[in-house]
Formats: sequence, structure tokens, C-alpha cells
Amino acid sequence: MEVKISVKNLEAYYGKNKVLKNVSLDIPKNKVLAVIGPSGCGKSTFLRCLNRMHEVVGGTITGSIMLDGEDLTKGDPVLLRKRLGMVFQKPNPFPTMSIFNNVAAGLKLNGVRSKKILTPVVEKCLKQAALWDEVKDNLDDSGANISGGQQQRLCIARTLAVDPEVILMDEPASALDPISTTKIEDLIFELKKNYTIVIVTHNMQQAARVSDYTAFFYLGELIEFDTTTKIFTSPAKKQTEDYVRGRFG
Amino acid sequence: MSVFLLVLLMGYEMYLGSKPSIEKFGWGFLTSSTWDPVQEIFGALPVIYGTVVSSLLALIITLPLSIGVAIFLAETAPPWLEKPLSFLVELLAGIPSVVYGLWGIFVLVPFLRDTVEPYLSDKFGNLPFFTGAPYGFGLLAAVLILSIMVLPIIASISRDVLRSVPQSQREAALALGATKWQATKIVLKDAMPGIFGATMLGLGRAIGETMAVTMVIGNRALISPSLFDPSYTMASVIANEFTEATSQLYLSSLIELALVLFVITIIINGLARLLVWSMERRWKAS
Repeated sequence: MEVKISVKNLEAYYGKNKVLKNVSLDIPKNKVLAVIGPSGCGKSTFLRCLNRMHEVVGGTITGSIMLDGEDLTKGDPVLLRKRLGMVFQKPNPFPTMSIFNNVAAGLKLNGVRSKKILTPVVEKCLKQAALWDEVKDNLDDSGANISGGQQQRLCIARTLAVDPEVILMDEPASALDPISTTKIEDLIFELKKNYTIVIVTHNMQQAARVSDYTAFFYLGELIEFDTTTKIFTSPAKKQTEDYVRGRFG
Repeated sequence: MSVFLLVLLMGYEMYLGSKPSIEKFGWGFLTSSTWDPVQEIFGALPVIYGTVVSSLLALIITLPLSIGVAIFLAETAPPWLEKPLSFLVELLAGIPSVVYGLWGIFVLVPFLRDTVEPYLSDKFGNLPFFTGAPYGFGLLAAVLILSIMVLPIIASISRDVLRSVPQSQREAALALGATKWQATKIVLKDAMPGIFGATMLGLGRAIGETMAVTMVIGNRALISPSLFDPSYTMASVIANEFTEATSQLYLSSLIELALVLFVITIIINGLARLLVWSMERRWKAS
């Protein structure tokens, strides 16, 4: 497998509280990595460390995270976040912006103003996010006036518009109904052709359905990392087996 | 409900009290510019002008400062600095206005008279805003003191409004590769209706402010473009002349002024509350 992100000896802290302990893991390119584990195991923190969103909530890290051989822990986080897009648990479109401007927001932050450039990008991203047919006639409506599932796909389209290499998803379907969840999962399947995807989920079936690789975290430690098939059929560790069989967590 | 009735009753009471003046002057009360108690001719235009101009100018000066303070407190200040600073801002709102007035007389007015106004008339004396004798007492002093008094109101409410914008909005912007300032701009846009509401509340305060203004504004019913000239506001006319109002018509004219002031502030405050409230509700819904 080709490695996109290589994490070595990652430790994360909130104040004095250690939330990730010595995590080392290679994230494969153009695959879906599912990060699973019980609440409070550090999986969301792990995801946030990858695009340094942990800094926003006051976290610090030690260790190294390499993206295509380049150290992500150094340099400007603003530039880095354009390469690693993020989709959050709760859909968070910008309510003061139209659907069009929500998708264009990332480009506009970079100073792109010309409609000629923006229009095709917005259309392409909305199509990629499987939302185009539902909103193409009301692109000027507020981004907050569509359903929760549509909002989440809008957020995915917004992330795609910045043209990231990696998409980080923090329980992207946990606030959605089953039909919307299916749509998001289908979308993830499509997107992995072009993007490396890391998805945090505590829905085991979802992890099994969408991912190629799975990492199991427990109490801040990476317990096991392997192909999803292996993790869900014959895991090496007892803890992993107990968790995927639903015996704890 | 009972509060609403009380307001209605107050309005009605004032209407009754101002009836003689309403019958005598009609709408001309609002457009005539003579305020002459000796000949019993009462026109409210100069004091309405004084009120509106002093309040609006104060708002223009204070708005960028207040919003700056609010952004600093809500978005950028570290907690150890934010707490005492917020406390100070709220303290500023709690100072009695007569104390502001005294400070105006003993510090602000001499400073304006000796330093600021001579400088302005020297440099910009060809503009109509800075002509006339620099007395210190006048519109400029009132505008400045009002802008200081209104700042804590707008700043603290705007800070609360900014805080009510969910963290997920900031994270959405930052995750797209926004700088801290770009993310703040997006949050600011979200908070706009609430900040507008805060501004209206500040305006309501400025329009109704009596004591501090009357102590420094010069108290002459005059319409002049110059900021150095004395002026008068509705609230200060009422406070100053109520005890001297010996005739029925004089008294009822003052009561009519109160009615006008009452209506204006109710409209402004109502509008402001509505905006702040609708903003908070929108976030709770989503």
C-alpha cells in the first residue's frame, strides 16, 4: 500500500491531560481509514491532530506527522488545512451565505472572486457531493434552509471545493437519519477514488461498510490497525474482538 | 402584560398632559424652531435636532470602538485578560451619569476648550462644523461624553452576541483554511443582527441620557452645524425647565416633549430587543 500520512510516536495533550499515547500509524493513500473506539478513546483528537484543529481547542502534541514526507506539525496551519479538509459531526453550513457561497467559501477566502471561475467549481463539487440535483434550482437560498442530510453534503461539497488531498470526517453521519446516512456512505465510496479519507465513527456497521482499513483506539492508545476485513473477522487482540463484537464500549 | 399596560397608561397620561400644547401648536410643534417661554411659543425642532445629532454622532464615534472591544473580548483575548477587562467594561456601564457629567465639566470641557477646539478651528476652521468660539461647553463635549457612556452597553451586548455564535462556525471556517481574522469576519457576519440590536440599545441610551449631557452641552435651543456651539436635547430641556414651567402651556409643551421622547425610545428599544432576541432564537433552533 502507498502511504499518504505517516504518524510516528504521536502524543496529544489537553493541558496536562494526556489523550493520545504514543500512536504510530501509516494512513494509506486513496483508501478509507475508519477510526473506531469507545467514547473518550482519543479518536476525534487523533483526527484533529492531523489538520491541527486540536490547536483551536487548546491541545498540544509531540511526535511527527508526515504528509507525503512533509512534516505537518511545523509550518502554517492555515495552509495545511487547505490540504486536509474536515467534515464535522454536526452539519455546520454558514447560515448567512447562500448554498452557492457556502461551497465557494473556501475559494473566496483565498481571494477568488470571479464568478466565471467559481460557478463551474461549485457545480462540480455539488455534483461530487451528490447534492446538485436537489439544490440546482435554489443555489441562492440560505445554506441553513435545507435538511440536515443535505446540509452535511453541502459541508462535504464545501470541503471538496478547496481541493484537498485528504478528507477528515468526524462522525459525519451520526446526526443524520438512515437515508441520509446511506447517501453519505455512498459518497465516501465514490470519493476515495480521488481522496484519502479518514473517518471517525462509533457505528461499527458503518466502519465495516465504508472502510478499507480500520484503527481501533482505546484509552488513548492505538490497540490495533489492520485491514477492515481482518479487524472485523479475526482481530489479533482480545480487546479489539470484544469491542467489534459489541461486548463493551 | 401588566408592564405593557403600564407603558400604555404612561403614554396615555402624557398625551392628556400635553393636550393643551397639541391643540395650540399641532404638528407645528415638531417643525417650529422657536423655543421662547417668555412669549409662550414652543417649537421642538432645535431640541429634537440636538438630541438626534448628539446621539448619532456619539454612535458613529463609539461603534467601531465598541465592536473592536467586543471582538477582542469574545474572540482573541486570553481568559486571564478577558475576565478583568469584561468586568471593567461592565463597571463603566454602572457609573452614575452625574459622575460622567462632573468629569465632563472638570476634565473634558477644559481639555476641549484649551487644546482640541483651538486645534480643530485652526486646521479645519473653513468647515462649518468647526466654527465659532471654542467654549468647551457645547455639542462636541456632549457627543464625546455620550460616546463614552454608550460604549460599554454596545460592547458588552455585542460580546454576548458574538459568544452566542456556535464554536462550530469558527471551526468550519478554520478547517477551510481561514485565518483567525477571516474566521472572525464570518462569525461577525453571523452576529450582525444582534450587533445591530446592541447598537440600537446604545442609541436608545444616548437619546434618553439627561444628566451628563445637560451638564456639558451648553443648554441653548439652537440649530447650528458647528460642533462648538451649545445645543440642547429633549431630555435635558425637560429636566432643566420643569421646575420653571409656571404656565399651563409651558408645562404641557414639556410634557409633549416627553411624549415624543417616549415614543422614539420605545420604538428604538423594541426594535433592538426584537433583533437580539431573533438572533438568539435562530441559533437555538439550529
